Amino acid sequence: MIGLEHYLTLAAMLFVLSVAGIIINRRNLILLLMCVELMLLAVNFNFVAFSRYLGDETGQVFVFFILTVAAAEAAIGLAILVVLFRNRRSIAVKELNTLKG
Amino acid sequence: MYNYYLTIVLAPLAAALIAGLAGKQIGRAGAHWVTILGVGTSCVLSLLVLKNMFWGGAGAENISVYTWAVTDGLRMEVGFLVDRLTALMMCVVTFVSLMVHIYTIGYMHDDPGYQRFFSYISLFTFSMLMLVMSNNFLQLFFGWEAVGLVSYLLIGFWFKKQTAMFANLKAFLVNRVGDFGFILGIAGVVMFTGSLDYATVFGQADAVAGQSIEVFSGTPWNAMTVICILLFIGAMGKSAQAPLHVWLPDSMEGPTPISALIHAATMVTAGIFMVARMSPLFELSTTALGFVIIIGAVTAFFMGLLGIVQNDIKRVVAYSTLSQLGYMTVALGASAYSAAIFHLMTHAFFKALLFLAAGSVIIAMHHEQDIRKMGGLKKYMPITYWTSLIGSLALIGFPGSSGFFSKDLLIEAVKESHWHDGASMGDQVTYWIAYLSVLLGVFVTALYSFRMFFLVFHGEERMDAETKSHLHETPAVVTVPLILLAIPSAIIGWFSADAVLFGGFFGDAIQVKSVHDALTGLNGTFWHGPAALVMHIYASPVFYLAALGVIAAWFLYLKRPDIPATIKDKFSGIYNLLDRKYYFDDLWIKGFAGVGRKLGQFLWEKGDQLIIDGILVNGTAKTVGRLAGVMRQIQTGYLYTYAFAMIIGLTALLGWLIWLR
Repeated sequence: MIGLEHYLTLAAMLFVLSVAGIIINRRNLILLLMCVELMLLAVNFNFVAFSRYLGDETGQVFVFFILTVAAAEAAIGLAILVVLFRNRRSIAVKELNTLKG
Repeated sequence: MYNYYLTIVLAPLAAALIAGLAGKQIGRAGAHWVTILGVGTSCVLSLLVLKNMFWGGAGAENISVYTWAVTDGLRMEVGFLVDRLTALMMCVVTFVSLMVHIYTIGYMHDDPGYQRFFSYISLFTFSMLMLVMSNNFLQLFFGWEAVGLVSYLLIGFWFKKQTAMFANLKAFLVNRVGDFGFILGIAGVVMFTGSLDYATVFGQADAVAGQSIEVFSGTPWNAMTVICILLFIGAMGKSAQAPLHVWLPDSMEGPTPISALIHAATMVTAGIFMVARMSPLFELSTTALGFVIIIGAVTAFFMGLLGIVQNDIKRVVAYSTLSQLGYMTVALGASAYSAAIFHLMTHAFFKALLFLAAGSVIIAMHHEQDIRKMGGLKKYMPITYWTSLIGSLALIGFPGSSGFFSKDLLIEAVKESHWHDGASMGDQVTYWIAYLSVLLGVFVTALYSFRMFFLVFHGEERMDAETKSHLHETPAVVTVPLILLAIPSAIIGWFSADAVLFGGFFGDAIQVKSVHDALTGLNGTFWHGPAALVMHIYASPVFYLAALGVIAAWFLYLKRPDIPATIKDKFSGIYNLLDRKYYFDDLWIKGFAGVGRKLGQFLWEKGDQLIIDGILVNGTAKTVGRLAGVMRQIQTGYLYTYAFAMIIGLTALLGWLIWLR
């Protein structure tokens, strides 16, 4: 029987994977955006799992909202990425260090 | 009379403002006309005020004109106290000032700063009148500082001349020392009486004299003694008493008319006037009077000696002024305030005359001031010669001249003063120092006066041929003031001696304790009227000393001019001491000022540059910079570093929340 703990474990694994993706990845900005999306999905898993476990529908409604916002965010992120590519001719993360002190 | 007083004070001020601010518009002639008109108005009105006091029987008036501020019960006012002391001073100030104004037309004829000069001397007259007419300490202090300021401006009138710049700074700084004492004295007055008004303060004088003050804890001093000595330190600065006299000889760098007006006749006598005005206070402290008389005696004798070795015509007169101011101070210390004021008045006339005559000589000599390069000027400049002779005779106290009455009676008053009757050893020492100084000072005065007189007007003509060919008497604007000043110098003693000294002329303006009063005792014993005094000159050593001085000057500088050089060689030690002015300049400039500069240098280099700038200000900035340099290494600019830091932080926080709480 697949219980709550399995879902939560899966969500945690996804989350850690995406965090690792953000930290380790140094070449591609698109991968970063994807990792962010993956984080949101991991959280959504938690929402749905708890919603089912507690018998409360609100959590599932939230998932819809979050998916919508995530889509919009991805659109904006990609748009910024396109502009960045036009300006810098590169989307390699290790070259984006203008914040260096 | 209220309108009179206001006009007397404001007319010179208005004239000064017009000449100063609109000097270009009104031109040179306009400047001297407007200022002479202003001062002339003051002079005429002052004489009217004096006339009303003398013959009209008008009493003293104490008028408050304007209340400037009231704080915590302390009223700061502008007001006039016009009694006979004030009226006399007003006349002396405005009369001498008027003469100097007229004289200046001739003396400053070609100077580019003509209007500025007239503006300054008118402003000076205003300040001096504010000083003498004041009825409170605040206005006195205002006048005191204002005359100091104008004196500073006028000594440095030729502001491109390096020596003049040095002299005016010196005068200003030395006066600061005196004024520091003066303002502390005023503060003492306010502390003990809570008032600035003369009448109130004098009313409470007895109560103050009963109190004591601990300037250094553990040693209580009499409050009145402290106040009086502090006030007198102010007078020492302004009236150039040793050891604060050093500024006066150097102030001769200024134009001659102001030497006559400010540094001989009026401003330098402000200290004498102030002490006389404060007589109700000084009378209550014998210690302060002792201080006054010793300082005066030292100045009177030793500054006179310096006059003998000076070669600059104006400096000889300047040292003579110092010496005569010392005489007045001695009289103050002997409680003979009227004698001091009387000598102040006669001195104002004959010393202004001598200065203006010196100026006349300087004009004729094309601004050559060295008396060794003059001689035989008598035949070229008869008017200057005769007026100088009158001035010199008055200065040495020739029988019948104004200086004779004032100086003879002053010396007699010192001789009969309460110091003579004092039982203690200190009193006797004080008495002999004072008496011998003023007595021997007579000989010295005669010697230096006639040394200068003979060297300038008699003997061989030592100037170069070029100067000689241009020698002639100076124009009327110069000689007329000389003549007008020579008249009172010669004869004013006959009219005023009896009234001023013995007639109780000053009334309540000058208060003397009966045990201190020497002058009243002279009346009837020594004094039987001016004519009798002239007839009895042989009875006092003063006459013989003066005669001896003149003869010595004649012998040394006319008969045997080779002797002074021999004396100079034989006594080179003493000559050097005199020539270097007892090393007072070195004491102040190298000693106090030098140490002050060194201290300043040390504080600047070590305190300011090293500690404050180097360590505190720049050091802080550098430390922050260095720290930031280290911190900067953390900021890689890469997104993943920041994200990683956030994760670490988040994890740590979560760990803390879950396991440690």
